[in-house]
Amino acid sequence: MAMQTDAEATEINAAVRVRRVQAADISHVITLDTRVTKLAKAEYWNDVFRRYGKQRRHERFFLVAENLMDRADSRLLGFIIGEIRAWEFGSTPCGWVFALSVEPRMRLHGIGSALLEAISDEFKKAGVSKMRTMVARDARLPLLFFRSEGMIAGPYIQLEKDLD
Amino acid sequence: MKLQISTRLAIFAVLELAASEDRQLSVAEIGEKFGVSSHHLAKVMHVMGRAGLVRSIRGAGGGYQFAGNARRTTLLDVAQLFEDLSSNEQNTGAVDATPEGQTLSGVLNEIDDIARATLGSITIATMRKLVERCGADGTKSSKAALSRRPIQTRL
Repeated sequence: MAMQTDAEATEINAAVRVRRVQAADISHVITLDTRVTKLAKAEYWNDVFRRYGKQRRHERFFLVAENLMDRADSRLLGFIIGEIRAWEFGSTPCGWVFALSVEPRMRLHGIGSALLEAISDEFKKAGVSKMRTMVARDARLPLLFFRSEGMIAGPYIQLEKDLD
Repeated sequence: MKLQISTRLAIFAVLELAASEDRQLSVAEIGEKFGVSSHHLAKVMHVMGRAGLVRSIRGAGGGYQFAGNARRTTLLDVAQLFEDLSSNEQNTGAVDATPEGQTLSGVLNEIDDIARATLGSITIATMRKLVERCGADGTKSSKAALSRRPIQTRL
């Protein structure tokens, strides 16, 4: 399900299409994220759009799944954001997925899988052969999802420390 | 991490039954596939039956069927029927109250948390996909999946 160009998009089925984000989508991204996370972050998402929607588009991918069935309903069904990072933590270039969200009422319909497949196709086209993400240990649903998509634990351990 | 034999047998049995949810398999049939004694396996199946993971079908041609939801039941759900996967809380006396004892407990709890998160993130359906991929790719894939060489970080 590769996306050929920005103008072209992939139809997952008759109801959903995955494409690059556009400026008009950001208000819907903010609405969806606020509903899912219960945190409003308009400034954050506008900045993410500036950096991942408009800059370095050969290695940054901000994709959305839009609802084709109900044209009057312009809500997005989900989005995924990732980029190719190189040499951080000693890693050869690989694709990192750092955001993925699906409209709660539309989960279990393959939208998350379609978004992940679309971004992995973009990573492959860009020449990388590894995709990574990071999930909170107690985030059961994302862990179950990524595992069901064939992802396994990587060679890193995330460490942290309080600064006081 | 090492699992008890009962836990391993339980996971193997659930994977076999979940491969074809309409099919019934006897303890002997499951035991023959994995080369394990029916006696031990029967006890394991009894525990899983009480937990509702499998159901016993009586009569000629009977056996066991998978009774759970392969997309919801995780390895943790099966394992915690046979293993104590609660936080490490050893109480061997005064030594555990010392700074050394408490620090060691913290490290062991970290390991336990990761183990629980890993087992709890893999459903029976996901395991079946991994098993089928391993079977299709043969030894090469299983070795690649199992071996993890860390990338060297240059400081």
